[in-house]
Amino acid sequence: MEKREMICIVCPVGCHIEVIEDKNDPSGYIVKGNKCKRGKEYGIKEVTNPTRIVTSTVKVNNAHLCRLPVKTNNPIPKEKISECMKEINKVEVNAPVEVGEVIIRNVLGTGVDVVATRDMC
Amino acid sequence: MLQYDIVVIGGGPAGLAAAIAAKKNGVDSVLLIERDRELGGILQQCIHNGFGLHEFGEELTGPEYADRFIKELKELNIEYKLNTMVLDISENRYISAINTEDGFMTIKAKAIVLAMGCRERTRGAIKIPGARPAGIFTAGTAQRYINMEGYMVGKKAVILGSGDIGLIMARRLTLEGAEVKAVVELMPYSSGLTRNIVQCLDDFNIPLLLNHTVIDIEGKDRLKGVTIAKVDENRKPISGTEKYYECDTLLLSVGLIPENELSRSANVKIDPVTGGPIVNESMETSVKGIFACGNVVHVHDLVDYVTAESRRAGYNASKFVKGELYEEKDTIKTNPGEGIRYIVPHMVRVKNVEDSLELFMRVKDVYTNVKMRVKSGENIIKEMKKRHLAPGEMEKVKLNLKKIEGKLDDITVEIVKEGA
Ligand SMILES: Cc1cc2nc3c(=O)[nH]c(=O)nc-3n(C[C@H](O)[C@H](O)[C@H](O)COP(=O)(O)OP(=O)(O)OC[C@H]3O[C@@H](n4cnc5c(N)ncnc54)[C@H](O)[C@@H]3O)c2cc1C
Ligand code: SF4
Repeated sequence: MEKREMICIVCPVGCHIEVIEDKNDPSGYIVKGNKCKRGKEYGIKEVTNPTRIVTSTVKVNNAHLCRLPVKTNNPIPKEKISECMKEINKVEVNAPVEVGEVIIRNVLGTGVDVVATRDMC
Repeated sequence: MLQYDIVVIGGGPAGLAAAIAAKKNGVDSVLLIERDRELGGILQQCIHNGFGLHEFGEELTGPEYADRFIKELKELNIEYKLNTMVLDISENRYISAINTEDGFMTIKAKAIVLAMGCRERTRGAIKIPGARPAGIFTAGTAQRYINMEGYMVGKKAVILGSGDIGLIMARRLTLEGAEVKAVVELMPYSSGLTRNIVQCLDDFNIPLLLNHTVIDIEGKDRLKGVTIAKVDENRKPISGTEKYYECDTLLLSVGLIPENELSRSANVKIDPVTGGPIVNESMETSVKGIFACGNVVHVHDLVDYVTAESRRAGYNASKFVKGELYEEKDTIKTNPGEGIRYIVPHMVRVKNVEDSLELFMRVKDVYTNVKMRVKSGENIIKEMKKRHLAPGEMEKVKLNLKKIEGKLDDITVEIVKEGA
């Protein structure tokens, strides 16, 4: 990577920013186009370790619905999203379930848990 | 005949907040009616995160946000009926409702809070030509099928409309293994949040085709493909730009319409711009004792604002029941000025405003580096610099009426370009 263009999503202004590798800057990068310093932080995070919260559903038995909504309780690395979906799709749970209950502990060794996002009985 | 002080119609975030606020202000006889089999409204299908930043200072999913209010409602022992459909309401506050347990009911209420939410515009409302095969869904229907019923809608999809629901569904379908070929937007900009464009489209390399539309649909029993074309400045398809996309699913995310059949049955006056009731500072409609809040009044993009507005409706309904609300005297109007599409509330009875007055509004276009100016009559009472305004993002203006000198006149909000 030498240079990447992206949109900062930290606030609604949505600056178009450029992140350029630069050995002379203490952070290792210079960022252009950002209207504030949060844009620099975001840009560097996006090129070094972008992370996302994953939300999906798992199959639930004995409930009035067929799917239980779940989320990762912290962001996971972006490149692990599709692997994480595979893990989520393997799971089947039985009602009752409570909001916050751990459905998958330490998913893919990330230290992050997949938890239920609603009660289901 | 059943009798209650306050009946709330709709158990989404609006109805929940209104019922809770009414009870907390000392009215015990409150009934909430919901036609679905559970409370929470549309939030139960919005499983993604991003709700509650204003309300709780954290990012919750839709069901988690709903859960907090459902638990509070139950803790307060507020009565509610599920699987119950309200069929009709009258100007003198009689409600007809039906369910399989109680059968047909007539309920007399001292005050009613309308919180029926909105529904999605369908294909009929936007008139796409072509065949009528299976595989065409509104984005919200598809969201419910996938997230609640566990039924996948298709394998290859095109999404028409780039509002937030369309963007969220593009990601959802991709995560569930479908291929989303494109999100097609008639306008030169997306009405969705930038954050959703980045996290739902860019993350998965899904193309966003601005200034494009679906001009034809092919397929007999099941959808086989759609033809997409570029449009000119007048939103008319440009011939020669047509391109065929093979797909078995077309999702429509082309806007929401407040659900106001019941409001009309009680002769509540509707604002043609918002599609919802005309309301005053207390969220009371043109019919005395009938209040309204949430998406039934105007389509919200942030559920946090729904909650804030609905608390006000519930609180004021309880004041009405207790005889503490002042009648029309000193009523002023709010006027959308240059660049503003609408303002809610439409009218203000100044005496009823306890601390500050909150105005919700939408702008007509995308603006950068402008000022938002608030006037009372011809006097400027507030000015705010705005770096970025867009029709997709609702704006809130808070006015501290105690700080305004002299008598308040009709309020106008307008966009002023820098230097003007
Ligand atoms: C498909 C869809 C997806 C959305 N996705 C998002 C999103 O991702 N993020 C976001 O911030 N906002 C989203 N919104 C906006 C969201 O609707 C609002 O933020 C909020 O849920 C509105 O709350 P409400 O209580 O006004 O309406 P709703 O949540 O729609 O609740 C209205 C309730 O009233 C009930 N009702 C209606 N008529 C009757 C009747 N006659 N008798 C009894 N009950 C009745 C309905 O069953 C429903 O439960 C979405 C809206 C829709 C339509
Ligand atoms: S750089 Fe600053 S101003 Fe620009 S979008 Fe990011 S947070 Fe907002």
